[in-house]
Amino acid sequence: MAKKPRILVVDDEAPMRESLKDWLMEDGYEVGLAGSGKEAIVMSLERTWEVILLDLKMPGMDGLETLKRLKGEDVKTDAEILVMTAYASIDTAVQAMKEGAFDYLVKPFDPDEIEMQIKRIIAHKDLIQQNILLRQKLEEKTQCDEIIGKSDAMQEIFELISRVAPADSTVLITGESGTGKELVAQAIHGNSQRCYMPFIAVNCGALPDSLLESELFGYEKGAFTGAEHTKKGRFEMADKGTLFLDEIGDVSLKTQVDLLRVLQERKFRRLGGQDEIEADVRILAATNRDLKEAIRENQFREDLYYRLNVIHIHIPPLRERKEDIPLLARTFIRRYCLEMNKEPLKISDPALKLLTDYNWPGNVRELENIIERALVIGGGKEIVSDDLPFSGKEPEPESYPKSLKMMEKVHIERILEETGWNISRAARELDIDRQTLYNKIEKYKLKRKSS
Amino acid sequence: MSACVTICPVGPVNQEILAHLARHIRTRCGLECRISPEMENPRYAYNETRHQYDSKVILKHLIRCCPHDTLRFIGVTPVDLYVPILKYVFGLAQIEGQCALISLHRLHPRFYDQPPDHDLLVERVKKTAVHELGHTFGLTHCRDRRCIMYSSTRIEDTDHKQSLFCPTCFELFKWHLEHLSV
Repeated sequence: MAKKPRILVVDDEAPMRESLKDWLMEDGYEVGLAGSGKEAIVMSLERTWEVILLDLKMPGMDGLETLKRLKGEDVKTDAEILVMTAYASIDTAVQAMKEGAFDYLVKPFDPDEIEMQIKRIIAHKDLIQQNILLRQKLEEKTQCDEIIGKSDAMQEIFELISRVAPADSTVLITGESGTGKELVAQAIHGNSQRCYMPFIAVNCGALPDSLLESELFGYEKGAFTGAEHTKKGRFEMADKGTLFLDEIGDVSLKTQVDLLRVLQERKFRRLGGQDEIEADVRILAATNRDLKEAIRENQFREDLYYRLNVIHIHIPPLRERKEDIPLLARTFIRRYCLEMNKEPLKISDPALKLLTDYNWPGNVRELENIIERALVIGGGKEIVSDDLPFSGKEPEPESYPKSLKMMEKVHIERILEETGWNISRAARELDIDRQTLYNKIEKYKLKRKSS
Repeated sequence: MSACVTICPVGPVNQEILAHLARHIRTRCGLECRISPEMENPRYAYNETRHQYDSKVILKHLIRCCPHDTLRFIGVTPVDLYVPILKYVFGLAQIEGQCALISLHRLHPRFYDQPPDHDLLVERVKKTAVHELGHTFGLTHCRDRRCIMYSSTRIEDTDHKQSLFCPTCFELFKWHLEHLSV
């Protein structure tokens, strides 16, 4: 953690809290002082603390009452609380532990004892954080896939990945939707020195602007209505790892300014936060938009473009590397047969020719979906032309919905599937704005079929 | 202000120990070092209930008496020190301040029922004093158990660490020193 752990000392006796503050500051902690339970509650609502050292015997609101309030619904502090008592009263200590205290200390403490307790809490909190990161890492691993291609264009990309991965430079990955930009980003991360740290992906196009800001930078408790807890943003989650900003071309000008600031200064603030947090993060960005055109149209900042475009990797569309289609098709057949517990099927030559001749507007993702569909609907020992949706057969007229409402639902659903649920791209194709599309998704209760 | 560290005995302290300490600061920290005349025994800081001396009260006295021509002022006292919240302390410093204080009381092997060992005592004094000096330059505790800035809560910690800064703490020490524009 780049930030100093924060400790709040709550004691009505000034010499006690002052001496504890001096001691803790020597250990490099950031220390806050509260002279009463009420003050502690106010300070816990204002900012987050990792540890609270709470005296049990205080006039007015005593330690136990303060502990209940701190752990209760009003404050719900994430801090671990160590209670301090001048008397070795086991009963009170046990009661405090029942109310959620981490442990207790008898005043005056042995220096060794307090140091050990605080280190134990910090290590405990770090473990929880690591656990969250490891779970995310595991989920990423199961989603991770190999990039497939024997074409010269793909060989060049493999070569470029191996060269740029060890450097810490920002990389801009461009290519049409479905070409595998995130796979390239994962490969860069996986071959970098940051590979054991988190790879965090954000689909910037899928989130409304206000949500994207808090998603990227996090927020402090109370930063806005509904911010009940402090939340770490993706920049913090990706600390010492890689942050993949997908659909960067769809980011608003305001968020572009915020991103530019992080790229320049390597620091950011949580929403509503005062402290600057260091961003030890490698940025990889991707887009299917022509950013130079977006710059000409004043939709994208030129300075941000140059910050992101330190290294540029362009993934060609599938139609420009048709020699990869048979290899990709066979790989997907093998993978899905394994998933479906089927014997590996073959693909007939006419079917393979149909695949090779097709234009693939949805690129590799579309090919993968079509292979999966063919395996589900085809009943033979090999995939034949009839198993493919573009085999020349027109859809049955009866299959069209009768009502205009149903027609709209089916059409939106189809466009969403074709664009891999890329909201920005789907909205563009449907010629409506993103908010309208969100409303339609909500109205028709649409859900993603393929993942 | 000169780049000189002043060591001040607060109560009766063996002059030879102070001379060792001055030499150590000179050679290891690159700072000139002098020994000032002895201050009186700090009776004003005595706590009758605890039979110990309040280190913060003595530190405040040192701040008041700090010579104008010194970079840092380190008190060395034979009495046992405490801060209100802790049972004892080996020393205390003003973080990024001018003054620090160390106690010899718990550095003596006899405190741990061990036979007298002058060399061991001198080593402990050097480590404790330079550790507190480090705090006055804004250094906080180091995670390296061999570094002089490692937190000593037990005498075993003091004995385990070296009387030197680790490379990182030494760089920080030099950086803080340069930025004092001495």
